[in-house]
Amino acid sequence: MAVLSVTPEGIYCEAGGFHIDPWRPVDRALITHGHADHARPGHRRYLCTGPAAPVIRHRLGQIDLDTMRYGEERRIDGATVSFHPAGHVPGSAQIRVAVSGEVWVVSGDYKLEPDGLCEPFEPVQADTFITECTFGLPVFTWTPQAEVAQDINRWWADTVAAGRTPILGAYSLGKAQRILTMLDAAIGPILTHGAIENTNEVLRAQGIALPATIRVTPDTDPKRHPGAVVLAPPSALGSAWANRFGATSTAFASGWMRLRGVRRRRAADRGFVISDHADWPGLNAAIRETGAERVLVTHGYTAQFRRWLETQGYDAQEVETEFEGESLETAEPDSAA
Amino acid sequence: MNRFAKLFAALDQTTKTNAKVTALAGYFRDAPDDDKLWTIALLSGRRPRRTVTTTSLREWAAEAARIPLWLFEECYPIVGDLAETIALILPPATRTSDRSLTHWITEIRALAARDEPARKAAILDAWDQLGSTERFLFNKLITGGFRIGVSQKLMTRALAQATGHDEAALAHRLMGDWTPDRTSFHALVEADDPAAELSRPYPFYLAYQLDTAPEDLGPVTDWLAEHKWDGIRGQLVLRGGQHFVWSRGEDLMTDRFPELAAAVDFVPPGTVIDGEILAWKDASPLSFSALQKRIGRKTVPKKLLAEAPVILKAYDLLEWQGEDLRATPLAARRTLLENLIEGLPNTAPIRLSPALDAANWRHLAQARAKSRALGAEGLMLKRKDSAYQIGRKKGDWWKWKVDPLSVDAVMIYAQQGHGRRANLFTDFTFAVWDAGNLVPFTKAYSGLTDAEFRQITQWVRKNTIDRYGPVRAVTPTYVFEIHFEGIQASPRHKSGIALRFPRIARWRHDKPIQEANTLQDLREILASYG
Ligand SMILES: [Zn+2]
Ligand SMILES: [Zn+2]
Repeated sequence: MAVLSVTPEGIYCEAGGFHIDPWRPVDRALITHGHADHARPGHRRYLCTGPAAPVIRHRLGQIDLDTMRYGEERRIDGATVSFHPAGHVPGSAQIRVAVSGEVWVVSGDYKLEPDGLCEPFEPVQADTFITECTFGLPVFTWTPQAEVAQDINRWWADTVAAGRTPILGAYSLGKAQRILTMLDAAIGPILTHGAIENTNEVLRAQGIALPATIRVTPDTDPKRHPGAVVLAPPSALGSAWANRFGATSTAFASGWMRLRGVRRRRAADRGFVISDHADWPGLNAAIRETGAERVLVTHGYTAQFRRWLETQGYDAQEVETEFEGESLETAEPDSAA
Repeated sequence: MNRFAKLFAALDQTTKTNAKVTALAGYFRDAPDDDKLWTIALLSGRRPRRTVTTTSLREWAAEAARIPLWLFEECYPIVGDLAETIALILPPATRTSDRSLTHWITEIRALAARDEPARKAAILDAWDQLGSTERFLFNKLITGGFRIGVSQKLMTRALAQATGHDEAALAHRLMGDWTPDRTSFHALVEADDPAAELSRPYPFYLAYQLDTAPEDLGPVTDWLAEHKWDGIRGQLVLRGGQHFVWSRGEDLMTDRFPELAAAVDFVPPGTVIDGEILAWKDASPLSFSALQKRIGRKTVPKKLLAEAPVILKAYDLLEWQGEDLRATPLAARRTLLENLIEGLPNTAPIRLSPALDAANWRHLAQARAKSRALGAEGLMLKRKDSAYQIGRKKGDWWKWKVDPLSVDAVMIYAQQGHGRRANLFTDFTFAVWDAGNLVPFTKAYSGLTDAEFRQITQWVRKNTIDRYGPVRAVTPTYVFEIHFEGIQASPRHKSGIALRFPRIARWRHDKPIQEANTLQDLREILASYG
């Protein structure tokens, strides 16, 4: 019997009687992180890491939520579970499940490059590794964060010099805070859309240091904040909300910006290649480091990535889940809740 | 190449026209003449002849990236561009270079005379010293197809700003049969050159699709109406005893349509006629598929000449007795054109595109409704007092096309999109009923909103019943209204028909699949309009 299987509700552990990131309501849900395609409402009991809990509570309201420390082991019926840093967003985890000595690890969403914001990714030994592969093609390789930070800050300064307001679109959980830490506050003040500032408040309250920001409200007069950069969810770019800033230069931060065609479709002035998902070298390194012989691939370029893993000697299979990867669309994955 | 890469990045990073013109004008002020000339050439669709096959490029790139070729081939459709795919998968360069655009173009052209191993060594050497944007551009120079959101009009405006020359005069100069080998920046942009003048066409004036009720255009008597012919737009230039035939895309098509050579015998030099090239027999046009056989041919076999002879359906006179008439009102140009054509014998390869008489807009609407039966796509409406302008301009010329043909069909296969829509299912195959089976008959792409594409993408993921490579078979569930412009018999297709310009018009949530059209319905459309 397999340690984990995919049921209509989600990834299921029969020995432990729980699901991982289920997409339909279940009795007991282990949650990798707070993005809406992983932490959904309606389950009876939730379990996640301590640092992931505040955002999940903020989004799902009154829920029965228990937490564990990273690395702590807990017995759930016939299974032993533990959470390990995934480096994706603050509090995000890979979930390790051991049953009768066989170890499976569910990656959730992850990236390898330390971003200075969340707990850095830690490889976990596994017999079977269930990995996302949102960017599972060799065209997706990220430039180091420090270089992207330079590009963003230069764009900010140039845009201000040209008499325009720079507006940068980024998801309100994870990406936005990561960018906050990359911005050079010497250039000017940082204005934030309410959706982002709400998440900022939750994260600050749990002790995560973020630079000073100014929440944009209906009374905000942009003229009183000369030289400012504006951080907003992608859906706010080009919306009525953005009109108050007059002449703008818009930018969008996503791994998809690596593709020129996608950059052009977004019709933003700039695209910065920055993702909280692993790039091609990252996926390959992560899989190698688990030592797993069997790899199950999900959400992303699964067919191509599975075939590639086979040529590398893995027993690889595709599994169909309802996770969404890094959405490119205006409806961001974390806005559903 | 660095300067050119910076220009490219500046153009690519903005959606604002003024910013693009400023970037280009700055480049035209500072760059060396050679590079300027090549930049004009590239942005007007002229590129160096291909010296390396794309097959070799793919193999060398996959090898350099240490990935199997099949994986490269999987990436290509998702990126949507070969040059970009190569630039993205290559390992970082180990050196840098400050050589010019012209240097790299010269290098690429020199590969023609070398053997395959030398070509490979040169390409790998270039990749290893170019930054990522420069690599992409280098690959583009080899593979062609520079589309960087800069129209020729926009480039011409920037060149006018940088040089102080008149924009319209520059547009005319940049038309025609020049290449960077046979001219220089000075000769092309600045000097007087009567020989180049001889063949030069005028920039085409293009119409917009009518987006209001025709009544909103004012009194019908202000307008000249004629059929919108379904052929190839062309200019016939007669000067100095020679003739030249130009396409709208500025291809010289003189040799493709030898029938038009006879014009020299009947029409005096110093004449330029704008019209539509049509395959034509007796008194009516042949179907577009007949003309299509002629399009790809540089030389035409006798049999095809007899099967699908062409004429020029003339509708405008741009030059007469050596004089540029473009500023003259259309009505006066038409009178001259009509007089000219009236005097031609029946054997001349030029016919007039007749003006339609109409006392009111209702008459014209009736003529439009009947136009498909005459082999036309609808009507053209042109303001009688309008000048012949440059490019696509609103207000004086309108296309008033017939309503498209339409069929309701069931989606049965889906495939992920390319480039702009790499992560969405956007390419669908549609089927109609035939004796209880769904028979695929067309693919169609555009026409849905981004929100609808997202919705269908989620649905496809959950309703896949089979996979063939990148193609997913889905549970037949949804009906879509497919519009198309034409239909023809096609033994190559299972359904026996092929559509022209099929596209998704809308998602028919209201229709169950049982109510989709049948193959018999399509055969009836074929019988009426094929
Ligand atoms: Zn996530
Ligand atoms: Zn996810």
